[in-house]
Amino acid sequence: MPKRTDIQSVLVIGSGPIVIGQAAEFDYSGTQACRVLKSEGLRVILVNSNPATIMTDPEIADATYVEPITPEFVEKIIAKERPDALLPTLGGQTALNTAISMHEQGVLEKYGVELIGANVEAINKGEDRDLFKEVVEEVRKKIGHGESARSVICHSMDDVLKGVETLGGYPVVVRPSFTMGGAGSGFAHDEEELRRIAGQGLTLSPTTEVLLEESILGWKEYELELMRDKNDNVVVVCSIENFDPMGVHTGDSITVAPAMTLTDREYQVLRDVGIAIIREVGVDTGGCNIQFAVNPEDGRVIVIEMNPRVSRSSALASKATGFPIAKIAAKLAVGYTLDEIPNDITEKTPASFEPTLDYVVVKAPRFAFEKFPSADSTLTTTMKSVGEAMAIGRNFTEALQKALRSLEKKGSQFAFTGPVGDKAALLEEAVRPTDGRINTVMQAIRAGATQEEVFASTKIDPWFVDQLFLIKEIADELAEAEKLDPELLAHAKRHGFSDAQIAEIRGLREDVVREVRHALGVRPVYKTVDTCAAEFAAKTPYFYSSYDEETEVAQRTKPAVIILGSGPNRIGQGIEFDYSCVHASFALSDAGYETVMVNCNPETVSTDYDTSDRLYFEPLTLEDVLEIVHAEQQAGPLAGVVVQLGGQTPLGLSQALKDNGVPVVGTSPEAIHAAEDRGAFGRVLAEAGLPAPKHGTATTFAEAKTIADEIGYPVLVRPSYVLGGRGMEIVYDEARLSSYIEESTEISPDRPVLVDRFLDDAIEIDVDALYDGEELYLGGVMEHIEEAGIHSGDSACALPPITLGGFDIKRLRASTEGIAKGVGVRGLINIQFAMAGDILYVLEANPRASRTVPFTSKATAVPLAKAAARISLGATIAELREEGLLPKTGDGGTLPMDAPISVKEAVMPWSRFRDIHGRGVDTVLGPEMRSTGEVMGIDSVFGTAYAKSQAGAYGPLPTKGRAFISVANRDKRSMIFPARELVSHGFELMATSGTAEVLKRNGINATVVRKQSEGEGPNGEKTIVQLIHEGQVDLIVNTPFGTGGRLDGYEIRTAAVARSVPCLTTVQALAAAVQGIDALNTGGVGVRSLQEHADHLTAARD
Amino acid sequence: MTTSTRGARTQAAPAVLVLEDGRIFRGRSYGAVGETFGEAVFSTGMTGYQETLTDPSYHKQVVVMTAPHVGNTGVNDEDPESGRIWVSGYVVRDPARVPSNWRAKRSLDEELANQGVVGISGVDTRALTRHLRERGAMRVGIFSGDAVADDAALLARVQEAPQMKGANLSAEVATKETYVVPAIGTKKFTVAAVDLGIKGMTPHRMAERGIEVHVLPATATVEDVYAVNPDGVFFSNGPGDPATADHAVSVMQGVLERRTPLFGICFGNQILGRALGFGTYKLKYGHRGINQPVQDRTTGKVEVTAHNHGFAVDAPLDKVSETPYGRAEVSHVCLNDNVVEGLQLLDQPAFSVQYHPEAAAGPHDAAYLFDRFVSLMEAERA
Repeated sequence: MPKRTDIQSVLVIGSGPIVIGQAAEFDYSGTQACRVLKSEGLRVILVNSNPATIMTDPEIADATYVEPITPEFVEKIIAKERPDALLPTLGGQTALNTAISMHEQGVLEKYGVELIGANVEAINKGEDRDLFKEVVEEVRKKIGHGESARSVICHSMDDVLKGVETLGGYPVVVRPSFTMGGAGSGFAHDEEELRRIAGQGLTLSPTTEVLLEESILGWKEYELELMRDKNDNVVVVCSIENFDPMGVHTGDSITVAPAMTLTDREYQVLRDVGIAIIREVGVDTGGCNIQFAVNPEDGRVIVIEMNPRVSRSSALASKATGFPIAKIAAKLAVGYTLDEIPNDITEKTPASFEPTLDYVVVKAPRFAFEKFPSADSTLTTTMKSVGEAMAIGRNFTEALQKALRSLEKKGSQFAFTGPVGDKAALLEEAVRPTDGRINTVMQAIRAGATQEEVFASTKIDPWFVDQLFLIKEIADELAEAEKLDPELLAHAKRHGFSDAQIAEIRGLREDVVREVRHALGVRPVYKTVDTCAAEFAAKTPYFYSSYDEETEVAQRTKPAVIILGSGPNRIGQGIEFDYSCVHASFALSDAGYETVMVNCNPETVSTDYDTSDRLYFEPLTLEDVLEIVHAEQQAGPLAGVVVQLGGQTPLGLSQALKDNGVPVVGTSPEAIHAAEDRGAFGRVLAEAGLPAPKHGTATTFAEAKTIADEIGYPVLVRPSYVLGGRGMEIVYDEARLSSYIEESTEISPDRPVLVDRFLDDAIEIDVDALYDGEELYLGGVMEHIEEAGIHSGDSACALPPITLGGFDIKRLRASTEGIAKGVGVRGLINIQFAMAGDILYVLEANPRASRTVPFTSKATAVPLAKAAARISLGATIAELREEGLLPKTGDGGTLPMDAPISVKEAVMPWSRFRDIHGRGVDTVLGPEMRSTGEVMGIDSVFGTAYAKSQAGAYGPLPTKGRAFISVANRDKRSMIFPARELVSHGFELMATSGTAEVLKRNGINATVVRKQSEGEGPNGEKTIVQLIHEGQVDLIVNTPFGTGGRLDGYEIRTAAVARSVPCLTTVQALAAAVQGIDALNTGGVGVRSLQEHADHLTAARD
Repeated sequence: MTTSTRGARTQAAPAVLVLEDGRIFRGRSYGAVGETFGEAVFSTGMTGYQETLTDPSYHKQVVVMTAPHVGNTGVNDEDPESGRIWVSGYVVRDPARVPSNWRAKRSLDEELANQGVVGISGVDTRALTRHLRERGAMRVGIFSGDAVADDAALLARVQEAPQMKGANLSAEVATKETYVVPAIGTKKFTVAAVDLGIKGMTPHRMAERGIEVHVLPATATVEDVYAVNPDGVFFSNGPGDPATADHAVSVMQGVLERRTPLFGICFGNQILGRALGFGTYKLKYGHRGINQPVQDRTTGKVEVTAHNHGFAVDAPLDKVSETPYGRAEVSHVCLNDNVVEGLQLLDQPAFSVQYHPEAAAGPHDAAYLFDRFVSLMEAERA
């Protein structure tokens, strides 16, 4: 029975900005879905506010709306496009919630839009705790297996307190209904914790509902990924076992596929229960994920939850098995059955089977606690990781060690040298699950812990514990052996030891180990991920390395280009870099090259086997990349390796690759050095006659003080060689400078601290440009909304710039060209400028694709990353103009007057983190980047574009109601005009006494409200924090004057996060918001697809 | 928990695996030390090694596990499909050092050694599997300890070992004496099950449905079958080449003549094929795994099924065939390669499947076939 003929157009909802718990995996799944639907001849309409996605590339869908994913905007799109169907299961919880909300508001019915992929009843049964418990109970009656944890549903704090008694006391698990990534859930060990967690959970849940559950901490945790078609055929695509037992969110666990410690009987029970659940819930054309807990004492099975949609785990399962869940889900949604869909990998067998693996997959989470020093780093049922790496090996130890080195984080790999710690202390430390607990366990093993002791502390399954012992024993053998003989070396490599680890153990240099290894002929082979354990021949070259006998890399004749990806998502290096790598792959494939992608991030489009001609799912370390280069050089001609698109990770390998004789194309390692090294870059600037803020480098406080005294406070201080502004701070006085140097652990003579003059009140400007050695193409000029000093990744910005004139652009162009030429760029460069007074300072230059490339590309309708990839391999800008990849004339600096305005806004993860006392972390922006993602608002005028960006990032700006204003002294002047505007839009103002006084003197009335520190008034007057919690405040303007939990601002901002009230922390943002509110109130905010914007822009350009 | 008793680098003796076409893999001995011969086949199941090892259909076969980690859950006393391990040799990549499961009684390594099963670990099982896929199942030898000799000598010995084609093995694995598996709950039917290498789960699945199962030796005659006064007759799975199973074919023809409800699994399907006049043939490398998509052609539904067969029935897929027992058709087909996976008679109550609805190991999707057998017996009684 082929596809349905009654559906001609489908609206696909994406997942919006990258946030913790909802990341790039939905770009991967959404992109697959859109491609499938389009190839089926359907008109695909897409809405997603996240510009850094492949799915929002104009060629993926027929009409791409980069608009906020809110019911209001989606309704506008439906009204305009009139799709036949809506597919909500591929855009995470955001898409599902939006679809349900539109169904409830009758929008779908009004426009005759059919929900496909999952029906409303199934979504509710899967997501609603009460209904899902009934489902599990039905299943137990039918097949005799599966039960829910004993639990009570609560709608108020009273219910919650009574519920604990019903369950027999603490600890209990609190789970809010209808939140994504387990947001707001956690373990309560006593009443205080319970009140806090459940209180927040009731707020977070759109249905004011939380579930209290018996504790199953320490049980084994499993997941199954299932798919079902309209003929009721069901397959289990993948089983996943969590290395970390119950108690840690699966997104924060190290996970393993396939399940390692189940007998067939036990596995089949999970499978039977899973199938019965998908049937009972009624997911009839799509996939779902079901999580189980298994009691290690007796095998009792508890069903934890199900997601009636494509999820992070299904992306992982797709990459782990080669079975593309999202692609198949899209086909099922339009009426195909599993047996009608071919398996892409074998081409000959159907998708109605269950993949079988002859390898082991390990996923390890990447955390960013260093960005949130006050956040509690204990892992709980709320997801806190910001990214993940996946590795494939022929056994668990190989996959695990590859995954740990893929994390590319200091200390993530097992270390076997250095002092042996105290066993008891290490075992005690291992009780608490944290980022890096596995390393603590390894240290405990080194300190003499037994397998039983490790199990007692961690409840990690004894089989996994033994595997850690195996690794430790091999490390001992390496240490004790007289020499590195081939057998020992091969043995260590088969269990995943890196050359670097072996070097450390043997006291050698890494390159020496590599030389010895190569001399002994110990090299990896590459095996294929083929869904069928080699039962059938695979057509898809999806490889992983292993120290086994036979390689499967085929010979080729076309010249290949290897593109190095960006590794796990982390704050500062996210999906934007994957976007550029994917574009390079497409562009180079079109230009006749065989494209070879290397990456280890399972969430991405780059690691879809469909993206490049060959995919190596491998860590991005020098060792792993050199081996791939070697394998590909054996296979055929190699045109080069592209390092400038995957962010800092591949860029950092550039010099070493060149030193090893690898042809690095594009910007040379020497040029990269010229941009990254302070001294060299200073010379480039001097030669080009460009000013940089005064600066110096220091390794002691005395040196730092001398520099600061000379250039004047405030100064911007930061450690050298860091990413994303790590540890960067604006220092206003000598006292803080002294404590900063004291606290900084990273400072040493090789790693000095950089002290820069901080440009107060400067406008920050970002430029993305292409340079081919002759010609400069100014990709785009972005004007930051927030002042300089806030990390560019966290700042909102507008393109084209809204307050810069033709003269400024001319200066920016000249400066950019001077730097690109001086550095020697061949491809992309990103430069940050600050305009202070009338001087244009150069802050820094990055000779690579930047975070803003996708935004710039979409805002100007020009594929910059594609052009960069071509320039790297020798094409000129003139040629690309001729080809039509770049506009015939003009560039991003010469956009027509009526070009649309695009605003990028950063999305912050505040609500995810609590300190150890359970309080929120402060939300103030600073020079250290902490945003996880971004959205884009695009419209013909700035105000509307800004309002859209806010709606996409945080929810719509209020258009009336109560605004609370409390600003630092230095901001009081600039606050007056926007405050007056708010009043004229009908806002009622509230302010703390100081701010209210200033407003009153300027003729603006504001009600004085009490600060939190003043406490409740004598007549019960509420404090501002109480008012926020009671929902009495619709907009908050609060600019910080210092940091730390003692200040009122902190309480206000954390309350705003808890209650989801828009909170502006700079006056510049206030001014922009006022323009946005003005646009909303004057009405007529419309929606327009990127294709329409592009047509308009192209017409205007000609 | 058992503490690991071995050092990191497997201390086991070196072992060699030699294929009849001369390809050689080297590894370490696993289980018993010595030598063994058989037909090299690969099994792609990721769970259920205990069931696989004890499945009599693997008699005289050396099983290569494509899943790298084997032995993780140890060995328990509930999961075996028969009283002993039947595989003649076992090839794995990464054997577990420590078993972990609340039901585990001992390690797999110990179990293999106790039962004298010669195995090898540490070989590139994927390369071996690809080799068997391309060249087809073939004879193999595993040698460890004193059995190791120079490669040419080992190869010569492998080439002297018997072929699977033409092997008549059922009698070697089947019960010598009739035994009865009582019905669970109320007894509704009696079934005579001809044991050609039956797995323990099969009579259990029938017993769960109120069937008292009389398991008869492979040598049972038609008279023996009807001596238990059966409501239905069952022909089991088993090892060897169906072309040699003349006795079983004639017994089945006797049953078909009496029109007694009949059900066959695996070897039993091939026997039915032959009884109806179809041929059988050897597959290049067989179906062995628990993830195979089989379509029930009467409903169009796909079930994920457990397979273990190296031979198949040669029957036309696209038409109803006339047979001495009326019209017959192919009821089930494997969607991977269109191999016949089930037969049914349209004019009398008899059907069979090539795969394993008893599913041990494997998914339970096809359990309905036992209900279908029950329905046939109910209809006959009505």
